Amino acid sequence: MSSISGGGMLLGFSWLASLKPTEVMGAATGAKDWVELTGFIKILPDNQIKILSPNPEFGQNVMTSLPMLIAEELEVDWKKITIEMGDYDTPRFKSQFTGGSQSIRSAWGPLRKAGATAKYMLLQAAANQWNVPVAELTASNGAVIHKASNRSITYGQLADAASKLPVPTSLVLKKSTELSLVGKSQKNVEGTKIVSGKSLFTMDYQVEGMLIAMAIHPPAFGMQLKSFDATEAKKMPGIKDVFDIEVYKKGYERAGFDTRTFNHLIVVVGNSTWEVINARKKVVAQWEPIVETKEMVTNFGRRKEETIIPAGLESSDKHMQKMLELQGQKARVLRKDGDPEAAFASAKKIIEKTYSAPFLPHNTMEPISCFAHITDEKAFFVAPIQIPDMMKQNIVANLDVPADKIEMKLARMGGGFGRRAYGHYIIEAGLISKKMKAPVKLIYTREDDMTNGVYRPAYIVTYKAALDANNNITAIHIKGGGIPEHAVHENRFPAGAFENYLAEGWELPSNITIGAFRAPRSNFIASAEQSFLDELAQAIGKDPIDFRIDLLKKAKANPVGKNNEYDAARYMGVLELVKEKSKWSATPKGTHRGVAAYFCHNSYAAHVVDVTMKSGQPVIDKVVSVLDCGIVVNPDAAKNMVEGAVIDGIGNCLFGGLKFDKGVVTQQNLNQYRMIRMKEAPKKIDVHFVQNGIDPTGLGEPPFPPIFAALANALYKATGKRFYQQPFINELNKRTS
Amino acid sequence: MAKLNLKVNHKTYTVDVDPATPLLWVLRDHLHLVGTKFGCAVGACGACTVHMNGMAMKSCQLPVSAAATQEITTIEGLSENGDHPVQKAWLDIDVAQCGYCQTGQIMAAAALLKQKPNPTDADIDNFMSGNICRCGTYTRIREAIHSAANLSKK
Repeated sequence: MSSISGGGMLLGFSWLASLKPTEVMGAATGAKDWVELTGFIKILPDNQIKILSPNPEFGQNVMTSLPMLIAEELEVDWKKITIEMGDYDTPRFKSQFTGGSQSIRSAWGPLRKAGATAKYMLLQAAANQWNVPVAELTASNGAVIHKASNRSITYGQLADAASKLPVPTSLVLKKSTELSLVGKSQKNVEGTKIVSGKSLFTMDYQVEGMLIAMAIHPPAFGMQLKSFDATEAKKMPGIKDVFDIEVYKKGYERAGFDTRTFNHLIVVVGNSTWEVINARKKVVAQWEPIVETKEMVTNFGRRKEETIIPAGLESSDKHMQKMLELQGQKARVLRKDGDPEAAFASAKKIIEKTYSAPFLPHNTMEPISCFAHITDEKAFFVAPIQIPDMMKQNIVANLDVPADKIEMKLARMGGGFGRRAYGHYIIEAGLISKKMKAPVKLIYTREDDMTNGVYRPAYIVTYKAALDANNNITAIHIKGGGIPEHAVHENRFPAGAFENYLAEGWELPSNITIGAFRAPRSNFIASAEQSFLDELAQAIGKDPIDFRIDLLKKAKANPVGKNNEYDAARYMGVLELVKEKSKWSATPKGTHRGVAAYFCHNSYAAHVVDVTMKSGQPVIDKVVSVLDCGIVVNPDAAKNMVEGAVIDGIGNCLFGGLKFDKGVVTQQNLNQYRMIRMKEAPKKIDVHFVQNGIDPTGLGEPPFPPIFAALANALYKATGKRFYQQPFINELNKRTS
Repeated sequence: MAKLNLKVNHKTYTVDVDPATPLLWVLRDHLHLVGTKFGCAVGACGACTVHMNGMAMKSCQLPVSAAATQEITTIEGLSENGDHPVQKAWLDIDVAQCGYCQTGQIMAAAALLKQKPNPTDADIDNFMSGNICRCGTYTRIREAIHSAANLSKK
């Protein structure tokens, strides 16, 4: 229960000013008289209340946690309201961005304000009706109460009048100690639909007269379509047409998320999936090598960059040779503190280790798909897309559709992990629908999905430490590169903790397409950095947790350099808590233990992994995870996210790695590409959150990067070997064979 | 093309399809039972798991001709109101993240419990390792299966 005059902070804001104060949903929705308050809340006279969730859902559970923020301030009974996924309508919602662990962080203010705004308008409407001061009223469980006269009235009865009131220009939000819904676990609002197999995903979407389409792309990176013969394919049963499409028009200036692998595709369209699969095999295509091209890319509408797409057929073994070669050459200085050269020149001992990791496919369980129906009236899509608004200019430019004719349902996504930030498939489906003048669902097979990917880049990094005669670390040098980007975060820990510090990076262009993958760059650099720190601690005879804490104490008391990104106190906090929760100093007999921590996406994470060895293979008995992401909105769902990140990370560092042979992806389906399965998953994962009342930050990504090194460090204890090259399974298998 | 009679969720359907069509696509495209998911089409991920005569079966590997006249159960037929003990346990433990693989996981788990009403962790790990969850909900799946086993006893 809360009232307008209650505690909390007073906020001035302007974002609501652009919202239409009211909009009565009429015949358009086929619904009854829903009254809309702010862009997020709909109320019926009988007090049915609906909250729209703005951000695309791909498993991070924002469809539950974001509406919780609104409901918290609105003062409604969570059990009695319904939650609906909002359509693509970014002007209404202001932000519909699923990525970068930003959902909760960026919604924390705006969505609570949306709830509070509606509550204020409802309170004001009641005050007007009863002719009492608004300060005498309280809101609770979807009703306004006037205690003095013992009267109460439902939101449903007030909504219409409230919707006609001016939007308040300042609001008081609850203090963190007043939160009653936030911080209490609520079940996934789509749980029942998920467990009963209801149509939720784009792949499930069907309408009368819908056609199925599949594309054929070049068999290798560095190749393009030369010509094709579809005579036989067109004769196959159920086939409507076979044709080619240019995904992006010539000269189209790509934005940051307009990455696509192959621009010229053959498309097979038919009545059913199986018929299209069979006909696709009958298409005879000729391919030719690409020539080097340069494309202009506008990153997030800001930085314009020329991107080189080199010609040639690339192979993983050559990539590795080239990366090692480039590690020995001059690189760009990213940051330099003190005089690292002098420190290395006078070092008594130098410890130098090189780490590498391969390309990774996202392998979302739902392969890429998109539904499109382009007519003269509108361009309608059902799309699994993380940032729909980023697709607007692409749709307008490449489908020749005016922006105001775009309608998009944001289907629940069968996983994203960054892959569905790149919506080229929306254009592909749209082009096919336009050509067929029919509703079309484009489906990628698993092979299409794995071989036409936007992969995590391949990386390498060398960490070097200078030690003096007293085993003091006098300098750190980090040099990293990758295809086609390096993963060095020069301003993150351990930067700030060493007087002499040098970070360098280089890039190697490639025609293999890359993109965001759960905690981009961090997912590799944390694995290397945290393994190196472990080795360093051992070299100077310190406990690995104490070693990190000592460095952080230094960085906190007397930080070197100005641009350090992390908060050393919060970083220490997760290490101290994981030490306590894992009973670090009391490792069970026969258990091998590793620790790692990391800061990224505004949050702090630490893990302790317990491993025992059985027949030369590691069994992960337990993982203790500690997160500092500020206030936790939906604790059990947050735990689920951390457990998932732990398992996903263990899977990727043990088994992950996509290989290329002359441009061809060598593992094309899940029977050739190893993903973690239940028997390899940890037996137990204990998740703890630091309780500090700080405004919430991200959670989808932060627990992912440090698990790699926590496992590597535990495996070192178990095997006596350090793990420098991912996937670790190669080294483990060497030991047993 | 061939006319085939299918028994799915205690209903009989007649479909006119290529007899080699995997059951998966007949369920999804022809019977509009989309709870059975497409994940890999090579029997490696388990997203398409259904029951044939009570046994877990990967429907992407089963030609529809082999499924004709057999008792097929999909997630839509596992229970009338989504209240099979496994489904209840899944909700109770709040297993799902993205949810895409979960219908396959649930069908596999229900088949396991039919064979082994009180499975050990090892039983679960072995039986369920044909089903991939990229979100990494394995520890919750394990817990939910134990919980469903207990629910079934009540």
